[in-house]
Order: sequence, then C-alpha cells, then structure tokens
Amino acid sequence: MIKGYFGSYGGAFIPEILHETFQQLTAHYEAARNDPAFWAEYIALMENYSGRPTPLTFAANLSTKLNKKIYIKREDLNQTGAHKANNVMGQGLLVKKMGKTRVIAETGAGQHGVATATMAARMGYDCTIYMGAVDVERQRPNVFWMQQLGAEVVPVKSGSQTLKDAVNEAMRDWVGSMDNTHYVLGTACGAHPFPEMVSWFQSVIGQEAREQILKLEGRLPDRIYACVGGGSNAMGVFQGFLSDNGVELIGVEAGGRGVDTPQHAARIASNDASEGVAQGYKTFFLQDRDGQMLHTHSVAAGLDYVGISPILADLHVKGRVRFIAAKDDDVVSALKYLMKNEGLIAALESSHAVAGALMEMADIKDGSVVIINLSGRGDKDIFTIADALGDPGWKQFIAEKAKQYAGESS
Amino acid sequence: MEKLIRNTDKKILLMSHLVLGYPSLQANQEVIGEMVAGGVDLMELQIPFSEPIADGPMIARANQSALDNGFKVREGLAFIADTIKTHKIPFLIMTYYNILLAYGVEDFIKEAARIGVKGLIIPDLPPQEAAQAIGWCKEYGNGELDWIQLMTPTSSDARLQEIAGSASGFVYCVARKGVTGNKTDFGNELAEFIKRCRAATSLPLAVGFGVKSREDVAQLTDLAEIAVVGTAAIKIHEEQGAKAVGNFFAGLR
Ligand SMILES: Cc1ncc(COP(=O)(O)O)c(C=O)c1O
Repeated sequence: MIKGYFGSYGGAFIPEILHETFQQLTAHYEAARNDPAFWAEYIALMENYSGRPTPLTFAANLSTKLNKKIYIKREDLNQTGAHKANNVMGQGLLVKKMGKTRVIAETGAGQHGVATATMAARMGYDCTIYMGAVDVERQRPNVFWMQQLGAEVVPVKSGSQTLKDAVNEAMRDWVGSMDNTHYVLGTACGAHPFPEMVSWFQSVIGQEAREQILKLEGRLPDRIYACVGGGSNAMGVFQGFLSDNGVELIGVEAGGRGVDTPQHAARIASNDASEGVAQGYKTFFLQDRDGQMLHTHSVAAGLDYVGISPILADLHVKGRVRFIAAKDDDVVSALKYLMKNEGLIAALESSHAVAGALMEMADIKDGSVVIINLSGRGDKDIFTIADALGDPGWKQFIAEKAKQYAGESS
Repeated sequence: MEKLIRNTDKKILLMSHLVLGYPSLQANQEVIGEMVAGGVDLMELQIPFSEPIADGPMIARANQSALDNGFKVREGLAFIADTIKTHKIPFLIMTYYNILLAYGVEDFIKEAARIGVKGLIIPDLPPQEAAQAIGWCKEYGNGELDWIQLMTPTSSDARLQEIAGSASGFVYCVARKGVTGNKTDFGNELAEFIKRCRAATSLPLAVGFGVKSREDVAQLTDLAEIAVVGTAAIKIHEEQGAKAVGNFFAGLR
C-alpha cells in the first residue's frame, strides 16, 4: 500500500510550496503515534479538560418504545459540546512539538472553530478561523464565542460560501504562513496525513464505546449509527469495531430535501458523486461532468460538504460501512423525538444519526443492541431549530431583543 | 519549448496569464490579441476550477465568475484550439488536476497535444503523482508538449533535484510563499533561491508571483529566462480594459 492511500482514495495533492510542511507534519505525527507517552498525555488531557471518558447512555425510553437496546455515545458532553475537541486537543499537542505559535482552521457548523479557539486560548496560540459567510449567518452564536475566546473569524465570501470554501481560504493562508502556523483541519479529509491523523485522535470514541458496551451488555452491538460530514466522528466510533464483522456500521449522510433533488450532500447514498481530486485528496465528490464542485445543501451546516473521508470511501467500496441519507424534515423530527423522550438536545448534525437509526429500527430483531454516536449538542442550533419549529415565543423574544439593540445603536 | 525559449535575442521573455471565460471568452480573445501585440512571448491559459487552492483572491474570484457565467471545459478547449491557430506564440494550459480527471487524464493530454498546446501547469499534481501524466505528454506530444514543474523557496535541495528529474521545457519558479497576487520582494532571497534552482536544473527558468512593473522585470533579467505576469494584468484589464493591457506589456521591457 502506498502511504496515505486507502484503496484508491486519499493521497496528497498539494501545491509544491507546502511539500516540506507536510513532510514535517507527517514526521511529527508518526513520531507521536509511535510514542505511547504521547497518547498517555493526550488521554490525560482529555480526561481532565474534556470530561472523558464520555458516558455510553442507555436510552431507556427509546429502547422500551422500539423494543431494542439503544445506547447513545455522549460526545455532546465534551468540552465545547462536540467530538471536535478530541481532534483539536490532539493537534494542539502536536503544534507544541512542532514549535509553531499560530493555528488556523476552517469551520462549517462552528463547532470545530470554537473547539480550535478554546485549544488556542488554553495552549497560548494565535488563532484565525475561516468560516463561509452563509455559515456565519446560520451559526452566529458560535461566531460570538470564537471571538470572545480571542480568535479572529474571517467570513469567506468565495464560491458557495460554505465549508469547502472555508477550507480553500485556510489553505491560502497556510501557503504563506506555514513557518509559524499549523492548519488544524477539522475532519478526516484533506491531504495525507490529515485523514489518518484526525481519525487517530477520534479513535478514542470507539475505544471507549467498545469497552463500555462489553461491560454493560456483555457483548458487541449489532449496529452503530454515526452522521457523516467529512467523517471524523464516524471514523472515531467505527474504528473500535472495524474488525468485528458482526457489527454493522452505518454512516448517515445529509439527505437535505431529498437525494432525488439537487439539494443534498449525500456523496455515497446518492447517484450524484464521482471520483475526483480536490482540497488535497482523492475521494467521491459531488461534482458536475466538468469536475466542478456542486452546491450542496443540508439543514446541518457541519454536513453539507462536497467530499468524504478517503478512509470511509474505501470502507464503502469494500462493503464494510453502509451509507444512508436522512432528510432535513426527518432530522428535525428525530431531534424533537430524542429531546422529548430522553431529555437530550442533539446537534442537527448528530440528529442525522438518530434519524437514520429511527428509520431502520423496524428492520432488525427485537432486543438488538444499537449504538448511536451523538457527535454534539444542539445549543448552537437554537436559531435554526427555532425556525424549523416555528416557535412563536422565541420569535417574539428575538423581535424584542432586536428592538432593544436598535434603540441602543441609534 | 526549451529550444524556442533559448532561440531569442530578447533579454528576457514575458509570459502572461489569463483565466478563460473571465469576464467572457470573447473578452479573452480581445485581450489575447492585445497581449500578443504588446510583445508577450508565451501565454498561460487557465481553465477555471471551483476549488482553486493555489490561487490568490483575485484569480480565485475570476475562476468563480467564469463558472457562474457558464464556462464549460470543452468550449474552453475549442477556444484554445482557435487561439493557437490565430497566434504564433506558444500557449500553455494551467488548471487543477480534477479538470483532467473529469475529462479523462489521457484524453485531456491527447487533446491538448492535438490542438498544439505546448505545456501543462497543474499545481496540485505533485511530481510523485504525475509520472503517468508526464508519460502521456511524451507519448502524445512528440516532444512538443512539456509538463511544467514548479520549484518553490520552501523546497529542499534534494526535493529540487527530484523535481528537476521529471521537468522539461522550462521550470516555473514560485518567487515566494503565499498565493498569487501578493507583493513580492525581488531581493537577495530571490537570487539565492534562483541559484538553488539553477543548481538543480539546466532548463530555462520562469519566475512568477507578483511581477507587476518594468522595474520588477528589469530585476529579473539577470536571474531568469522568463518573467510571468498574472494578477497585475487581470487588474489592468478590469480597471482600464483590453487596450491598456497591450500597452502595459509593451512597457514592461
Ligand atoms: C456536532 C457535529 N457533528 C458532526 C459534524 C460533521 O463532521 P464529521 O463528519 O467530521 O464528524 C460536525 C461538523 O461540524 C459537527 O459539528
């Protein structure tokens, strides 16, 4: 196998100017990976700073209603409320080893941006976050927190003004700033070593989940559901079970307004993607006949991305991971359902995993053991969710707040 | 292209760059005429891509705008074929690898060779991934289609050697870190870098990124065989129209 390739996917398709930067990063990553002390330091940090291990919560009410044993892996309980902290703190430790003083990152939902900003604040790095202008609008609370944490947030107005464009802009920064700057890529995509490295840091999810389910149930689960944007939370939980062939792994992509419309972001669970190379790596992209990337849509800002982790692309081709899509409407219903029945407020991204599981629960035997990876909590989505629910009290509150601010500024 | 480049009595050659379909193919046609009349010796025609990671804000915007206006790769190639028939200077294609992949890499190279393109510049296909494409350039180009390699100030000497190993025609030296369109200081550091490039290859050198004035070109005269002018010309085109672009190039040397 060629380094950095997973089957025919992956690689490092980067401008020559970054060649040495990637060599340096790969060397530090490989050294860390071969050093048990590094992983021990990482785990200690995550226990102390991010509340790991996160619980594997038994969803008692869902389980009774559906006649299954449903467990929720609680990545929403991480520092900053999502699995993104796992990757960010790991890369933060590497930044120290590389002697760099500044970090940059792209963000879609803003969760990775907030996580990076907290890491930078704690570890003492300067921080710039690139975020599509469309996402700045729909994830405003996260923009507020990034700025309060001391990060500069740059709204990206090029292309479709979403996640992929934020990646391009971060790359443009990096090709000039690599001497003192590390690019903290937020998902298991991009050029080698990012897909492998991000998956490694996220593998803590699956390691814990495996141990926890064996302790709680005395056996491995039948199915695991995870939402898939770039693929980092899915890779994280799946890695604990890859060699257990009896465990079915299901990735849930963003079905948007339906995979039979152009408004979705399903790379695998639609007929609209094909193999390509962009943003530094080879995978399935939502692109047209000319190789131009398509505009994507999802109610979840963290899922509407044109590409998918090359590792997941390979696992799809090999038949190890099955992919389905959940539509916006079903996702909002799933979010409400989990909230009302279990008291858990899931992020819109994570609610795709819940929706995917709910869609399929009738297909499996009663008593089956199912894990849903809850990648993050939903507080950040309050505006989008309030819109989706059309909550009149919330609208009135915002209208009054707006009036108050308008009065202050005049 | 090496022979063509050596076979000149000009002190330095000028290579211009433009984004196809920006603002339109018709406007491209006009400005190409002006550039050739202004003395441009070689020209890079960029096929727009939706994710131009190696380009600065100005060229990235031009890429997007061309796509928003409905640019299609096949029309672009037909336009290039016409352009090559009309003007006698060498034309090169600059684009990103995905454009070739979507077309079929072998077919794309075959077509480029057939219509008389002299070189391909693909900044996101590094040498270690490019062996097959380079092979097709040789196979279909009959020595007339060069794969243009890029050398950068961050490349180690060993890496420069490796790049030189598969280079032909000329080598494109990226004058500094950062994306296209920013300011470059053509000082000692550049001279040092060019010296390292010379040590690695005997091919002619083109220097690009940020060349925008007669002074810049004069400074490059002793260093390189070709000065590459990109963003500066796009800016003049936007602000003052096609005629001004011709005058700009005529005034560079
Ligand atoms: C809570 C949450 N879940 C999932 C994702 C999707 O990313 P990935 O597929 O890398 O886990 C995001 C991305 O922003 C997110 O914020």
